[in-house]
Amino acid sequence: MIPPLVRPDRKNPFVRTRQPLLPPWVRSRAALGLTAAAALGRFELQVCGDCGAVQYPPREMCHRCLTGTLRWREQSGTGELIAETTVHHSNDLYFRERVPWRLGLVRLDAGPTAVVHLHGGCPPAPGRVRVGARLDKSGQGVLLAFPIDEVPNMADDPLMREMSCNPQFRKVLVTDGKTGVGQAVVRAIIDAGADLVWVGYAEPWKKLPGLAALEALPQVALLPLDLTDSGSVRQTAAEIGGRVDILINTAEVHRAQGIASRNGIEVARTEMDVNYFGLLRLAQEFGPVMRSRGADGQSSATAWVNLLSVYALTNFPPHGTFSASKAAALSLSQCLRAEMRAAGVRVINVFPGPIDDEWNQTLPPPKLTPDSLARAVVTALKDGVEDIYPGDVAQEWLARWEESPKVLEREISTY
Amino acid sequence: MPANSLTSLAADLLSGRIRVVDLTQTLSPQFPQIALPPEFGQCWPFRIEEISRYDDRGSAWYWNNFSCGEHTGTHFDAPIHWVSGRDLPNNATDSLPVQQLIGAACVIDCSAPASADPDFLLTADYLKDWEAVHGRIPPRSWVLMRTDWSKRTDPVAYQNYDETGQHTPGPAVDAVRFLVDDRDVAGFGSEAIGTDAGQGYHLKPPYPCHYYMHGAGRYGLQCLKNLDLLPPTGAVIFCAPLKIKNGSGSPIRALALVPA
Repeated sequence: MIPPLVRPDRKNPFVRTRQPLLPPWVRSRAALGLTAAAALGRFELQVCGDCGAVQYPPREMCHRCLTGTLRWREQSGTGELIAETTVHHSNDLYFRERVPWRLGLVRLDAGPTAVVHLHGGCPPAPGRVRVGARLDKSGQGVLLAFPIDEVPNMADDPLMREMSCNPQFRKVLVTDGKTGVGQAVVRAIIDAGADLVWVGYAEPWKKLPGLAALEALPQVALLPLDLTDSGSVRQTAAEIGGRVDILINTAEVHRAQGIASRNGIEVARTEMDVNYFGLLRLAQEFGPVMRSRGADGQSSATAWVNLLSVYALTNFPPHGTFSASKAAALSLSQCLRAEMRAAGVRVINVFPGPIDDEWNQTLPPPKLTPDSLARAVVTALKDGVEDIYPGDVAQEWLARWEESPKVLEREISTY
Repeated sequence: MPANSLTSLAADLLSGRIRVVDLTQTLSPQFPQIALPPEFGQCWPFRIEEISRYDDRGSAWYWNNFSCGEHTGTHFDAPIHWVSGRDLPNNATDSLPVQQLIGAACVIDCSAPASADPDFLLTADYLKDWEAVHGRIPPRSWVLMRTDWSKRTDPVAYQNYDETGQHTPGPAVDAVRFLVDDRDVAGFGSEAIGTDAGQGYHLKPPYPCHYYMHGAGRYGLQCLKNLDLLPPTGAVIFCAPLKIKNGSGSPIRALALVPA
């Protein structure tokens, strides 16, 4: 039985805040394939294109036929837990603080046998389990064995708390509560058990629907926040930065225009000011304080979520300047991810296709509803993934982009 | 040095017989800017970024870069700002005659009706009633509409938007025509965010103060404050815009000289 997570006691102010530590993070280039798949929530192993062998651990060549045509392919993960042990002592600083720790040996139905972390719901060996890949605190892919069938309080296992960014009992900042997406995210994160949600709003004189209804929720605290104003971001970080466990940046400016369809750079500059410089301002002010709280107890600082766009992958010319601003934000988010990694704070990028809002009014469906987008964000936090592509359009773009960025560029440019 | 009115002005300033009143709102990121429907181009708000503050970015000095629109904060509107003034000679901030940037002010107290009705329109009859008490508005003087709107320090109350747009006081069509055609004023100044009323778009023509003032080569001043410290007549204002090449306006430090 996994005990349900309980709301942590208030922090003892006389006890030093634990410093973030990371599990071993060094990987070979080949092994990073496991991380790349886990970042998307997939469990993939190398499969030989010549002989069909599935192998683990990752190597440069096929262990059976020694050819090099290895492809990463998604795996079901089912297998037999053939042995297990519980570690009570470790010289590794990260695990030293976290013992006892269950490890097991799983013979995958696909062939290889792997040493894996054991979820608390797994039966004692021998027994059937399902292996999946997760990102650990260091941001690297590791293998976990789960019970075949759901058990109560799956997400509350201490192992899952380490490898996810569960919003339950956490405090969240949603940077812009004026948009449909921002409001849907606030509601979804409250449904997921967040204790407190600060909701930013800029330009208070522009009254837009929905904000007042949010304010009526007991978990919500509205606060003025304008990502174009460095002083406003600095002030907000000074006031609440030390308490934010999850930052969800929903602020964006989106105008439907390419280069030729509108004279001048004013609109494009506004997009950059919010979508790119806004992220930079947030990262400079909230990054350091969130890094300092990466191991601050059960409700530590754990995640930073960026609302990007699938147009960050390749430019969608009818929304060309918006695409460029999101590509800039994507690049900056990679810098942020590198800087947050040492604290174990996950940077999650969200790449939606067109959202069903006023700026995509003239685009044909399918369009992503704010509610579906918000649910996808919560799922990403619970799964601890790094990149999500919610909705049909984003999934299709991703598949085509993984196949050939150049082909996708050509297809999109003749839209 | 032979005495003249300027030497006596300098002496009066020194002695305090003439006071300088600041008519300017502080430029800060919190001060609201005019807002247009989202599909239009927008005026930049005031923003400021630190370059260095006696630190590793510049060890012994403190300075900032700032950005704003030509129409941010307390500002000046040149005739070229409006389509009706686009083809006038000397209609931009760099070419307009500087002689007109210092002049007598007539302060029309509309604070009572504006506090009762945010959509208050200053009419020609109201101006004529004012003249009956304070005398005829002199040619090339500045007419300043005192509403005490600048005392609304909360940006939400200052902007005063609802679903039908902005609700701030301004001049009626006949008042603007009267001031331009019959009184030959230099310009019109207001405490709200525009020289026109918040609902001025629905007048005929839309935004009559912009349309007629700028169409006749006259100027506008917006976001003024401290108009309650000025006498109805007898003050002189300074309202020079930055010399922006072909500029449509500029933030200003608006000052008034008033007898103590």
